[in-house]
Amino acid sequence: MRRGQILFAAVAIGVVWQLLAWIVRAPILPGPLTVLQSFALEIGGELGGHFLASLWRVVASMALSIALAVPAGLVLGQSARLNRLLSPVIYLLYPVPKVVLVPVVLLLLGIGDLPKIVIIFLILFFQILVLVRDQAAGLRPELIQSVRSLGAGRRALFRFVYLPASLPAILTALRQSVGTAVAVLYVAELFATRLGLGYYIFLQGSTLFNYPKMYAGVLAMSLLGLGIYFTIDGLERRITPWQFVS
Amino acid sequence: MIEFRSVSFKYEQGQEVFAGFDWQVEAGEAWAILGPSGCGKTTLLYLLAGLRSPTDGEIWVGGERLIRPRPRTGLILQTYGLLPWATVHENASLGLHVRGFYGPDGKHAPADEVVEHIHERVDPWLERLGLQALAEQYPAQLSGGQRQRTAIARTLALNPDLLLMDEPFASLDAPTRESLQDLTLRLRTERRLTTIIVTHAIEEAALLGRKVLVLGTPPNRSPQVFDNPQAGEGNFREQKTYLEVVSRLRRTLEGTA
Repeated sequence: MRRGQILFAAVAIGVVWQLLAWIVRAPILPGPLTVLQSFALEIGGELGGHFLASLWRVVASMALSIALAVPAGLVLGQSARLNRLLSPVIYLLYPVPKVVLVPVVLLLLGIGDLPKIVIIFLILFFQILVLVRDQAAGLRPELIQSVRSLGAGRRALFRFVYLPASLPAILTALRQSVGTAVAVLYVAELFATRLGLGYYIFLQGSTLFNYPKMYAGVLAMSLLGLGIYFTIDGLERRITPWQFVS
Repeated sequence: MIEFRSVSFKYEQGQEVFAGFDWQVEAGEAWAILGPSGCGKTTLLYLLAGLRSPTDGEIWVGGERLIRPRPRTGLILQTYGLLPWATVHENASLGLHVRGFYGPDGKHAPADEVVEHIHERVDPWLERLGLQALAEQYPAQLSGGQRQRTAIARTLALNPDLLLMDEPFASLDAPTRESLQDLTLRLRTERRLTTIIVTHAIEEAALLGRKVLVLGTPPNRSPQVFDNPQAGEGNFREQKTYLEVVSRLRRTLEGTA
């Protein structure tokens, strides 16, 4: 996708939004220019702080899930026996919608950043674990044998084969789950916090009825998701260039 | 150089491939292992590479009992075994990086070798094998012949004394296959390598093997060896002897099936 195409799509969405706003003609749907104006005013102040709080929570959960899920996925992918033992557990836990655990995690971990980070971590962890495991398990045995014949033992196989082979899986997992992660972050930020975009959107929309500000929050949350998505895309081209050669 | 002492090998599923198998290879010899599918050719090569262990008996290579892959043995596979995420240069350097990773421990890498100046060791091979211009390309961008040359460069950069090849040219077109067969012959003479090539192609066995080990329906108990002293001599492919050897091998193979 080219930048021009993305810009064109953004303008098209803006135009449809404006048309809808004209048709509805109600405070609940302000036009895009009003929202952009509010966004520009707020992002340098209150909204900016909420944005940074949410960004920190997503980035921290990403880092935590990569740090734990990648080694676990690689170990499971290398050991058929361990995988046989644990895959039924993963099979049962993977499809459970983690958002339902929000109240439980909040009760257990209390207020503050930790419960929010843990909730997103739970989503990302399973996604990365499963993709990295399958990627590692799917490596052709001949490839492993030929690298072993060069003298590689377990450690060198990990360093030269399994780890680089898992990079695309990590990035794919992150990209696939970033939308869900931001959505769940919104839900998690509705409870027991006064910081974060979820809190901001809810406060402006349902308590203060300041719709332009509420939409500015929605816009900020969308930009958060998009920003992460584009960053992963860019990283993919940079660190796995071999996937893009013809 | 290589000695199989009463080697038996059985797969977990129970299929016995070798039973009390004795076999010797002298240093510098050029062997081809020929036989129909499922006769145990590849198993024999994997045993020699130290990637599988005999269920009974012993294998000795270079004066030591083989219990794991040996640093001075090079292995080249039909599927090339290149890392898809590494460039030609990175792939060709992989073995040296693995050695550098462990250091000269005598187990994963020769005890007397400190890996330095990787470029200086790899680049001449890339040059020699016509890969220098492709050094920054990925395997997906290469033809089959170029991939196999990369795998050969990777093995030769490690300075092996024993080269094991498992159907290395089977998936290449005829001109590429012939040029790589000629390259193998030249390298063998130059480097005084002991070479063992597994093939199902009678012509290839006749061309590359001064001794041809014919395997039959498993379990293989004693080696059936066929002498072919003229293999590898200049334009052997066009000589009458070559055709005679091919037809004799074919008859032997039919006899074992």
